[in-house]
Order: sequence, then C-alpha cells, then structure tokens
Amino acid sequence: MHGLDFDVAHMLAGGLVLVSLMMLYQDRLYALINTLALHAFILALSVAWQAYIHNAPHLYITAAIALGFKALIVPAALRNIVFRLGIHREIETVVGIGVTMLVGIGLVALSLEVMLPVTTRADPLAREDIALALSVVLIGLLMMVTRRNAVSQVAGFMSLENGIVLAATGAQGMPLVVEISVAFSVLIAFIVIGIFLFRIRERFDTVDVGALDSFRGEHE
Amino acid sequence: MNMLGFDPLAGILLIPVVAAGLLAVLPGYVIPARINVLASLLSFGCALLLLAHRSESGSYLLVDDLNIVFIVLNTFVGFTTAAFSASYIAHEIETGRLTLGFLRFYHAMYQVMMFGMNLALVANNIGLMWVAVELATLTTVVMVGIYRTHEAIEAAWKYFILGSVGIALALFGTILVYLAARPVLGEGPGAMIWTVLVTRASGFDPALLNVAFVFLLLGYGTKVGLAPLHAWLPDAHAEGPTPISAVLSGLLLNVALYALLRFKILLAANPDVIAPGPLMIILGLLSLIFAAFMLYRRRDIKRMFAYSSIEHMGIIVFAFGMAGPLGNFAGLLQMTMHSLTKSAIFFSVGHVTQAKGTQRIADITGLTESHPVLGACLVLAVVAIAGLPPFGVFMSEFLIVSSTFEREPLLAAAVVFGLLIGFGALMLRVGGLAFGTPRGRSEPVHASYLPIFAHLTLVLIAGLYLPPAVVTWFQHVATLLDTGGVGR
Repeated sequence: MHGLDFDVAHMLAGGLVLVSLMMLYQDRLYALINTLALHAFILALSVAWQAYIHNAPHLYITAAIALGFKALIVPAALRNIVFRLGIHREIETVVGIGVTMLVGIGLVALSLEVMLPVTTRADPLAREDIALALSVVLIGLLMMVTRRNAVSQVAGFMSLENGIVLAATGAQGMPLVVEISVAFSVLIAFIVIGIFLFRIRERFDTVDVGALDSFRGEHE
Repeated sequence: MNMLGFDPLAGILLIPVVAAGLLAVLPGYVIPARINVLASLLSFGCALLLLAHRSESGSYLLVDDLNIVFIVLNTFVGFTTAAFSASYIAHEIETGRLTLGFLRFYHAMYQVMMFGMNLALVANNIGLMWVAVELATLTTVVMVGIYRTHEAIEAAWKYFILGSVGIALALFGTILVYLAARPVLGEGPGAMIWTVLVTRASGFDPALLNVAFVFLLLGYGTKVGLAPLHAWLPDAHAEGPTPISAVLSGLLLNVALYALLRFKILLAANPDVIAPGPLMIILGLLSLIFAAFMLYRRRDIKRMFAYSSIEHMGIIVFAFGMAGPLGNFAGLLQMTMHSLTKSAIFFSVGHVTQAKGTQRIADITGLTESHPVLGACLVLAVVAIAGLPPFGVFMSEFLIVSSTFEREPLLAAAVVFGLLIGFGALMLRVGGLAFGTPRGRSEPVHASYLPIFAHLTLVLIAGLYLPPAVVTWFQHVATLLDTGGVGR
C-alpha cells in the first residue's frame, strides 16, 4: 500500500478516537453537540479518503450522508431541542471526568489488544480501522452509561454509530447495501428518538432519564 | 413451478407491506382490524404453501429446513394475535385509552413489524438480516410507547437504548464476519451470503470468527433477553398493548434467537474456532435461574410473565448450547411450545386486565368465579408454561433435562433447580389470581377465546402425541444445526 494513503487514513481514524475521548469530558450540552458535529465531520473525511484511495465511488455517498446529516442537520436539531427545553446550562455527569477519561483510555487499549492479534490476516489498513472503530464504539457505550440526560445519550449513541460506519467502510468492498442501510437506519433511529424526545417533553418538564427511572411500576 | 402461479415466499413479504400501506390510510377500527386479521391469515397461508413447496433460494432470500419452522410459527402466532388484537382494541377504543388516529398507526405498524420479522427469517444475506431485525425492533419500540403514559415512555426509551446498543454490537459482529470471509471469498456481496459463507467457513480465520461471535452473542443476545442484558424486556412487556407483549414474547425473541443460531451454525462449520456451546450454556443458565428468582417479587401480572419469558429463553439457549441431536431437538420443541403457550397467556392476561381494570396481581382474585372461561384458560395456560404434564412444555423440558443428565449431571441439576424455583413462583401466583373470592372492579369482557383455545389445543396435542412427520422434520433441523450442512 502507498505510504501516504495509509498514513492519512490512519490519522483520520485516530482523530475519530481522539474526538470520542474529547466528547467524554464535555459537560455542557452545547459543547457536547459541537464535538459530536466534529466527530461526524472527521468521519466524513475518513470515509471520503477511503473512497478515494480504494477507488470506490459509492463510499462518497456514505461520506456525504455523514457530512450533511450527521455533522449538520442532527446537531442543529439537537441544539434546537436543548434550547427549547431550556437545559443548555445543565451540567451532568454521573462519574467524575477524570475517572471517565481513564476508563476511556483503558477501553482504547483494550480494543487494540483484542482486535490487532486476531486480524493478522487482514490488510494493514482494515486492521487499524477495525481496531480504532472498536474503541470508538466502546467509548460511545461508555458515554451512554455515564450520562443521565437523554440528549447526551443520543450523542453517545450517534458516536457509537459513527464507529460502526468506520468499521464498515474500513472493511474493504463491503457491499453497498449495508452502507446505505447503516446510514438509513441512523436516520430512522433519529426520527424515533425525535418522537420520543417530543413525547417526553410534552409529558414532563425534563428529559432526564434518571427522573424516568423513579417510576418502575414495581413499587407500591 | 408452482400450480398457483405465484411465489409464496414473495407472499409472506409482500402481503404485510401492502396491508401496512392500506391500514395506514383506512379510517375507523372495525374494518382495519379485520383487514389486519385477513392479511395475517393470508401470510400464514403463504407460509403453509412454502412448507409444502419450497421456493428457490437466491442470493438474498433463503428457505431451508431451519427457517421454515420459524416462518410457520411466526405467521401462525401473527395471525392469532391479530385476531386477539381485534377484540382487545375494540375495548381500548371504548374506554378511550387509544384514539382512532393512534389505532391506524398501530395497525400499520403491526404489519410492518410482521414484514420485518418475516424478512429477518428468510434473509440469506447477513447484512439484510441485520437490517430486518433492526426494522422489527424499531416498530416494536414505537408500539410499546403507544399509550404515551409516563411508564410507557420510560419503557420504550429503555427498550430503544438497550435494543440499539445490542443491534449495534450485532452489526459490528456482522462486519467482523465479513472481514473474516473476505480473504477466502474475495470482495463484494458474495462474502455476506449465508449459504456461501457456511460452505466455505472452514477456511476463515478462526480468531476473527471467535471475536465476531462474542459480539453477535452479546448483540442478538440482548434482543433475546439473556440475563445480564435483559433489562428492557419486562418494562417493554408490561407497558405496551398486550397484543404487542404477545408478539414480543412469542415471536421477536425467537427471531433474534434465529439470527444467533445462524451464526452458531457458521461457527460449527469451522473446526478451529471455540465451541459456542459453553458460552450459550452459561448465559442460558444464568437467565433461567435469575428469572426464576425474580418471578417471586413481581407485583404486575404482565411483568411477571415477561420474567417467565426470560426464564424460558434461558432454557432454550441452554438447550441449543448443549447441542447434539437431542439438545437441538428439545430446544426447537421448547421454543415452539413457549411461543404458543406464552402468547396464549398474554391473550388471557390481556382480557383479564381489561375486565379488572388493573395489572396489579394483588387486585386480581377469584377469576374462575367472576370470569369462569377466562379464568380456566389462564390457569390451564399457566399450568402449561410451568411445565406440568400433559402439555407440550413438559415434554420439551423433560427432554432437555434428561438429555443433559446423560452428559453433564451437574448442569442438569442446575436446570432442574431453576425450573422448580420458577414453578413454585407461578403456582403461588396463579392460586391467588384464579381462586378465592373476587374483589374489586369486574366487568364482562367480549373476549375472543378462539386464539387461546387454538394455542392451548396445539400445546396439549404436542404433549400427548407428536405426529411422526413433525418429529422427523424437527430431527432433520436438529442435525442441520450441528453439522452446518445446507440442504444436504
């Protein structure tokens, strides 16, 4: 493989992990949404670069979806929700940021440790991509676990999906059907989330999932 | 090739789509409910035709011995649930819990969900299968939240978050399978077609397949409701409309299980990978014992039976984990029996909660006195699910325990322990529900007993006498699950 091609792809995938880690310590919602947009932007660059070096034009569609939908439209909609709910000043983390960052770094190490040995037969680029994608997925999960607010859980879920798209595009020649469906399912997922946020807003004054937990139908 | 001149495989996919489109625009509730039943009946008819005459498998769709069991079961329970739903919904409209607008949405979503599940079952492409499972999940999320109460929204949100995480992990696993297949099969669609994958699986990188299976087990296992990942299941069952509880327990869990089995076969075809059995045995046992204990503390009737579903999925996954011809056979039988019995329970419970106006177990007493037929149905169904003879669940559980005992007596003891704990809880509760003096609100119900009778009769027949044709059919599938041969 061409040296520069590999280096740039590697850098972009690594950048995605870096931004994932950045998301972990954003405790203001607007800042979190901006970081999410940056995340999607880097994903778009990474996918476009894959399309370029592998001469796979259909990947440009995936890149365009990442750029237009995930980096622009969704963050705008989320900002709108945050604004209308009046929760932009809220600070919410369950676990301290220092601990979360350490766990995040641990997860990156873990995914490299898990993925690199088992992918020795794959080509180097796919190997790096899949390992870094797993870190992004795990950090996204971590984020969903440590945040209580519905908007930040959505952000965590979106970053998780970004990691999966990175894995799907990194696996060279994976059929188009899947890529489109991934992007499409994100769209559907988002619509569903939107509906839920609306309903939650309609019924209560809070989108704090912790507040929802108070009623389980189990207590007397 | 077909005397009717159409492909039944297309039927089970197209009928729900057309019906969904139609139901989305039709006003009222009487006619849409009937169309819903009719469409489900037609799908079931197509599934039976498919049983008699297999369609050709292509690169996207596949019909083989394994999935035909699931398809017939899926469309049958889909049909009976639609019939139950018609009477259930009429009551919800009368009491004003659902408006006509939401009902239109409900019926359309019901058919979209049937489409999603049927597609997941017949998909030959592992990517397509994933998309279909995701579609079915999303539609059920929306339906769980349809009452829009505090609790319903919490349940739907929890289901959505956990379901999406599960489904995301499953996709990651699917990508890893593709990555393992690519060096052998080359780039492109070929490396995602299940029938191609399974014939060439022996050449795949075993280490990569191992990691992939762990992701798939966790991902689809979340949808099956296995123990550490089950948190969404009781809430989703308790807060959604009861017909949805019935299809969730009876069908959607099976569809996720089916996806898991497909990948298990893939692993079985490669001699160098870890055996998937022990992992499935551990998760299955954990679910069984955990859910059995949780049954005691439940105060909500639908929530209790949701835990019973976790318990049974645990037993089924355990049986498939034990594998071997007998283990697989028992697992398949248990799965079929559980689907039929559990949906019959939810049909009865749906009418009971409507009659009593509550889901609290403590407020429901003396059903056999106030509603004799309904009470009797519920008692019979609970007796069946608890695993008492002469019902089919007893047969399959007996098979699982006895076949396990031959190979691993200690594991068999653990299974029996879990089963007895669960049995005790169910008997304790059903006594209070069905007998004693009726208290509280009690309204007459216009129940549709036919679906309940149909399911219980089938379970009873299976317990008394399994037709040899069914036995050979299930045995064939059981060997297929072990050897990984496609249509061999």
